[in-house]
Formats: sequence, structure tokens, C-alpha cells
Amino acid sequence: MALSGVEIFKLLPKTNCKKCGFPTCLAFAMALAQGKTELAKCPDVSEESKRVLGEASAPPIRTFFLGTSEKAVKLGGETVLFRHDKKFFNPCVYAVNVKDTLSNDELNEKIEEVLTSEIDRVGQKLRVDAISIEFASGNSSQYESAVKLISQKAPDTAIILNCKDPSAAEVAVRTIADKKPLLYCANEGNTGAMTNIAKTHKIPLGVYAKGLSELSVLTEKIKGMGVEDLVIDSGAEKAKDMLELNTQIRRSALKKNFKPLGYPIINFVLREDPIFETCVAGIAAAKYASIIVLSSIEKWKNLALFTLRQNIYTDPQVPMQVEQKIYKIGEPTVNSPLLITTNFSLTYFMVSGEVENSKVPAYLAVMDCEGLSVLTAWAAGKFTAGKIVQFIKDSGVENQISHRELIIPGQVAILSGAIEDKLEGWKITVGPREANGIPTFLKSRPA
Amino acid sequence: MSYVIPKETYSGNVLSLEFGKAPKSVKIGGENTLPFLSFEGSIPNKPVIAYEIQDITPDDWPDTVKAQYAFCSDNPVKWAQHCQNKLKAQAISLRLIGTHPDRGDRSAGDVAKIVKDVLSAVDVPLIILGSNHIEKDASVLVAAAEAASGYNCIIGKAQEGNYKTVVAAALAHKHKLIAMSELDINLAKQLNILITQMGFDKERLLTDPMCSALGYGLEYTYSVMERIRLAAIMQNDVTMQPPIVGDVGMYVWKVKETFASESDVSQWGSIEERGVAWEAVTAIAMLIAGTNLLIMRHPKAVETVRKTIEELV
Ligand code: B12
Ligand code: SF4
Repeated sequence: MALSGVEIFKLLPKTNCKKCGFPTCLAFAMALAQGKTELAKCPDVSEESKRVLGEASAPPIRTFFLGTSEKAVKLGGETVLFRHDKKFFNPCVYAVNVKDTLSNDELNEKIEEVLTSEIDRVGQKLRVDAISIEFASGNSSQYESAVKLISQKAPDTAIILNCKDPSAAEVAVRTIADKKPLLYCANEGNTGAMTNIAKTHKIPLGVYAKGLSELSVLTEKIKGMGVEDLVIDSGAEKAKDMLELNTQIRRSALKKNFKPLGYPIINFVLREDPIFETCVAGIAAAKYASIIVLSSIEKWKNLALFTLRQNIYTDPQVPMQVEQKIYKIGEPTVNSPLLITTNFSLTYFMVSGEVENSKVPAYLAVMDCEGLSVLTAWAAGKFTAGKIVQFIKDSGVENQISHRELIIPGQVAILSGAIEDKLEGWKITVGPREANGIPTFLKSRPA
Repeated sequence: MSYVIPKETYSGNVLSLEFGKAPKSVKIGGENTLPFLSFEGSIPNKPVIAYEIQDITPDDWPDTVKAQYAFCSDNPVKWAQHCQNKLKAQAISLRLIGTHPDRGDRSAGDVAKIVKDVLSAVDVPLIILGSNHIEKDASVLVAAAEAASGYNCIIGKAQEGNYKTVVAAALAHKHKLIAMSELDINLAKQLNILITQMGFDKERLLTDPMCSALGYGLEYTYSVMERIRLAAIMQNDVTMQPPIVGDVGMYVWKVKETFASESDVSQWGSIEERGVAWEAVTAIAMLIAGTNLLIMRHPKAVETVRKTIEELV
């Protein structure tokens, strides 16, 4: 747990030399306890104090990157058990498992699936983040060639070397060490050899043990050997065990500051039936997995799982929002229609998507309503006639268009009269209630 | 450092509730621990899934789910029998959507007959829902409660704007009752209090904090449910202890992901599986957050969620 100012003070040189910029060591200690400065500012602190203080100030769940490209993903670093308490920070990684026994054609097909998995949803680019390559052939040169092929064809995708055989792992790691693959995994039988590989090549290591007691012994041992970027697998097979053990791991790390389990979690959720697998993966995504390994990545499945992850990991205090401005859709002219909506991301993307579908160039005025949907913003007094009028006047849109017609969402039809009264010379038109009515609505208007 | 399992001690529990008639009656709730965490408490009853049927042909459902019931959905009795006999439904939820002023405006008299017909055709427990039109539901649910007198149904939903009438009907005919508020834990709590102040036992109540579909506000429902469960279990807040309902199907099967054609959105993959996964994943999130009773539509989604529940207990 974090140390108090007084506890930190006891570990400082107590010379009050001021080199840190503070008048006394105690003042420095107090600032440090509040996170307002960093230990490195004191040049005289002892190695032993550094170790103790470093340990105490480390986040309860270790944080590091998987992969090295711009698509590298951050693991761990969570601080709460329930998303409403603050927020979940580092979205879980979805990885697909492929076996090295697949033919080159089959491997290429899988790689293609990963590379084309990217979907744009509510302004975020979402994709399958990693490939887990399973050593199933028993033949290390076959494994190496599969690893090579995948890393060449998908150079930016993070790799998990799913291989418990140290000699095969060593060969594979050597070919792609610069990519910082995750080596999965060290277990009771191979700890020394696997840890050495991870240490030599400076790559993160998966640790597997059945049960949390055994798992903590193993992570401590590996940490003692000098590898600290660990990902842990409790060996859970049933969904129930996964949920319970993930919960226990997260609680141990956060509430007890139990370091041996303060690592990101990996869950293999492989199931025969892809819809069933989607459900089990959903449990892992909601409850504490950092890496979820799947057996297949159908497009529909990705869409559902990406969306769930996006939902679980949004900030509960701040809805996702877009910038307030007049957006151009297509290439609008001075005669193009003008529509208005709120700046809740979901609302904006649904409306702008449908305006795009209509193929009618248009202006979309997006008004800052603190990220609330149309009706919520209206009920909260943020999307009122007065505020809309003010926004339209301030936005400068009057210089962009020659007509004076504003299309408002059907859900707030009752605002039309009040807006018309206050916005002189303007005609207010009530649009459809649902965004999917927009294409028909826009197309049927006289050009 | 030796490892000690970090167990919590909880002071509260979810109330248990039984609906329907023996031998097919169903029990939900009763757990004294957070969802599926049986290492620190007991979970006497598994979550239950009710199949949704409607009093009129569901023209507004996407084709992929409509097709599952094409041969029976023109008749609520046939539809209910199909759910019970072929799909092995544990419970059925009859939504009287045809009573909505915009959907046919069926009279309360019509409702009584439909409810009676369905009740005499099946023996699994029945949930009877209005059309979510506050004023109309008040009269519809009164008629439904009376028609179902003696069947120990769940009726709903009582909302802020109509709860007095609906509660009185559930009370008079000895039914269980769903209290629904809109995504706000304080509103949920307040409505439960108002209802129990009318003399309605909290043991006969269910809370619907309002569902939302995956991608369309799911995170709000998820967190409100988690907070309700924490209040019930950790803080022993008796007003938050009724079982939770997740009315999943009606929110899921109107979002674009469940019906957009593959030619329009090829990057979204198969329309069939997409819809099923959308409903199943929404349901799973609700379960993990604390739902005890799900209302769903697609048989494949129901079957998969059931299978997942089996792996969770
Ligand atoms: C999620 C939600 C919330 C979330 C906020 C989510 C958010 N970021 O906005 C939370 C929980 C915070 C919330 C709070 C409140 N909410 Co609220 N909320 C909802 C809920 C369930 C969904 C809203 C949503 O996300 N819709 C999805 C978006 C995409 O819809 P949309 O913006 O309307 O856009 C659609 C259309 O309007 C159309 N469209 C949009 N723009 C345009 C533009 C044009 C030109 C056209 C043609 C069409 C168009 O296209 C979109 C897709 O079809 C609704 C109920 C419901 N099912 O609608 C209630 C609802 C909107 N909330 C309501 C209320 C009263 C509130 C509160 C005031 C009180 C409360 N219940 O807590 C607070 C106010 C918040 C505040 N800060 O003060 C009421 C409003 C009642 C009313 N009719 O006046 C609703 C309708 C619930 C209800 N029936 O009581 N809410
Ligand atoms: S630099 Fe170090 S020793 Fe000097 S005053 Fe600051 S904390 Fe104390």
C-alpha cells in the first residue's frame, strides 16, 4: 500500500540540503506521498530506500506493453473492481489462437482474417490485437516457420508464442525477439528454462499454475530470477472458475496489495461452438481479463466482443463525445440542408452515418450537450430552444448557407415552435424520430 | 508470502421469489453473494430465461428472429405451446404489445381472453407485460391480473406514472410484480419504497432498472445493476433486494446490428449469428451484473445463454 509522508520521510537522508527544490526532507516526503513530485528529484537517496519506495509506489497491477508497433497494447494498470468506482483503463486484448500444424494456405487465411478485422465503431478503431501461435506439431522447425510467416505477413500484430517446450520456444523467440512477443508459458515443469529465455530476450512471460496459491509461488520465483513483466493464467477451464479466480486475483492485487498476483490476467476461452465461445469471452471481458484467447474470429463475433469491450471500458463519468462544430457531410453547397443534433458520440455517429447513406450532401450542426443523447440532453435542460438558437447564431453557419431552414430531431418535435419564435427568419423542420429514417427523409425533399 | 483467498463477508441477500404453479413453478433469487461467486456465499437458484411471445404477429421484429416463429406467431396460444413443448421454455413472457395505441389499441376485454387462453394452454409460469404505454398499461394490466387470478404470475411493468393502479391489481389477484424505472439507482429504490408503502410485500417484487442493448447504453444498465446488487448484498439495503429482471430481447432486436443486411455492412459478418450473438452477449453482461430473470427472443441465443449459465454454477 502507498506509504504516508512520515513513513517516506524516515527513508530519506534527512539532511535538508534542498537539492530537491523543497525546503526540507519532510516537505519533500509530503509532496511525494501526494504524488506531486518524484523520488528521482533527491540525488542522495540510498539504493535501499529507492527499492522500498519503488516497490510501495508501484501500481498494484503491473503495467506494460504487448508488442512494439503503433498497434502495441497496454496491459494491466487497473485500479478498481467495479467500473462505476472510477473506470477501467486498459481494454482487454482479443487474440486468436492458431496452430502451427495448419498448412501455409490456412495460416495465410487466418492472418488475412486478423488483418481485415479492423472495424470503426463510434470513432474508435477496433481490431483483433494479437495472434497466439500454438506449438502443436511437436516439431520446432515447423513452429519456427509458422512464427516467421505470421510475423512477416502481420508485422504490426502482437504475437503470443503459445509453446511450453523451451527448446522450440527458444528457436521461435530468436526469430522475433525484437517484437517483444509474449512467451506463454512458464509452468511448474519448465520454469527455469522459460524464465531464462524471457530474461535473455527481454520479453514478457506468461505464467501458468493450477490454483492461485501455486501461481503466486511461481510468480515470486520468476520475479526472483529477474523477470517481472508477467501475465498470469490461473488454469481455469470452466467459466465459473474463470470468473471466481479472476475476481480473487483482482481483489488480492487491489485490496490486499498482494504483489505475487499483481499482474495482468490471460484467459483461454476456447470452445467448439463460436456463439458459446463469444459468451464465455464476454464474461472474461467484463470481469478482469487482460488477454482473451479465442479459437475463431468471425466478423460478427468480433463486432459483438469489440462493442462489449468498448462499453465496459468507457468512462462512467464522461460519456464518449465528439467536438462541437458544423460538420460537412459529402460536399455541401450553400443550398444543402442543415441538421442539428447533440455531441454524444453514439448519437453523432448514428446520425452522420445515415446522412452519409442518404448520399445527400449536408451540414450537421453538433452541439455540445456534455455527451448526452437527444432526449437525455433535452430532459437535462441542455438541448433547449434557447440554447439551440444561441448555438446556431454563434456557430457562424449563417455565413455558410444561403437558406434559413433547420432540421431538428423528431424526438424533440415540441421544440420547433419555440425555436422558430426565437430564431428570426428561420424555418424549423421536424425530421424523423429515428436516424434510420433520415435517408428517405432527405432524399424525398425537393432539391 | 502465503496466499489467502480474499473473501468478503456479506450482510445482505437477494430475496427469493417463486412464480407459476406447481409442479412447474420456478424459483429465482435467494443468493447471499455477488453474481456467481459461490466461493463466499450460496446461490440456491440459477437465473431463469423466459421466452417472449406477443399477442399480435411481431411484424417489427427482424426477419431472422421472426422466422423462428413464423408458423405460430400469428396466435399467442400456438406460440406459447411451441415455446413450452418444443423449446422447453422454463417460463413464458407474454407482451401485450397490441394494446398500445399505435399498435392496434386492443381493449382490456380482448386482453382478458388472450391471457386466459394462454394460461389454459401451457403450464409453465407466465409473465404478463403491457405495451409500456403508461396510461394504457394501467387498464391493461388490471384486466390481465384479474384474468390470471390464481396463477401466481409476474405482471408488469409498474412505473412511476401508473404504479398505484398496477400494484393494486397485483395485490388483489396475488401476483408478483415488476417495478421499472429508468436507469437510475435512486429512482429504482424510490419506486420500490413507494410500492411497499402501499402494503405490497417486497418478497413479491422484482426490479427492472431498464435494459439497454450491447452498444446502445449497455454500460449504463450494467453499472446500475452492479450497484443495486452491491447495495443489496454488501450494505444490506432491503429496498434493493428484490431479484432483477433483464428485458433483453425488446432492446436488442431493434438495433441496427441485429438486422442490417450483409450486403450493406459486409464488415459485420453473418446477419444470422450477429443477431444471436448480440442478444446472447447482452444477456451475459446482464447476468454478470446481477440479473435473475431474463426475457429473450431467439431460441439459439436462449440455448447458448442457458449453456453458459450451466458453466457458471
Ligand atoms: C442512457 C440514458 C441516460 C444516460 C445518459 C446517456 C447519454 N450519454 O446520453 C444517463 C443514465 C446518464 C441518463 C440520465 C438522465 N436521463 Co436518460 N436516458 C437514457 C436512455 C435509456 C437512452 C438514451 C440514449 O442513449 N439513446 C441513444 C441515442 C443514440 O439516441 P438519440 O440521441 O435520441 O438519437 C437518436 C434519435 O434521436 C435520432 N436523432 C438524433 N439526432 C438527430 C438529428 C436529426 C436531425 C434527426 C432527424 C434525428 C436524430 O437518431 C438517433 C438514433 O435513432 C433514454 C431512454 C431511451 N430508451 O431512449 C433515457 C431518457 C432519454 N432519459 C431521460 C431522463 C429524464 C434522464 C434524466 C433527466 C433523469 C434520469 N432519468 O436520470 C437524466 C439527465 C442526465 C443529466 N446529466 O442531468 C428520459 C427523457 C424523458 C423525456 N422524454 O423527456 C428518457 C427518455 C427516459 C424516460 N423515458 O424517462 N439517461
Ligand atoms: S534533496 Fe533529498 S536530502 Fe536534500 S532536502 Fe531534498 S529530500 Fe532531503
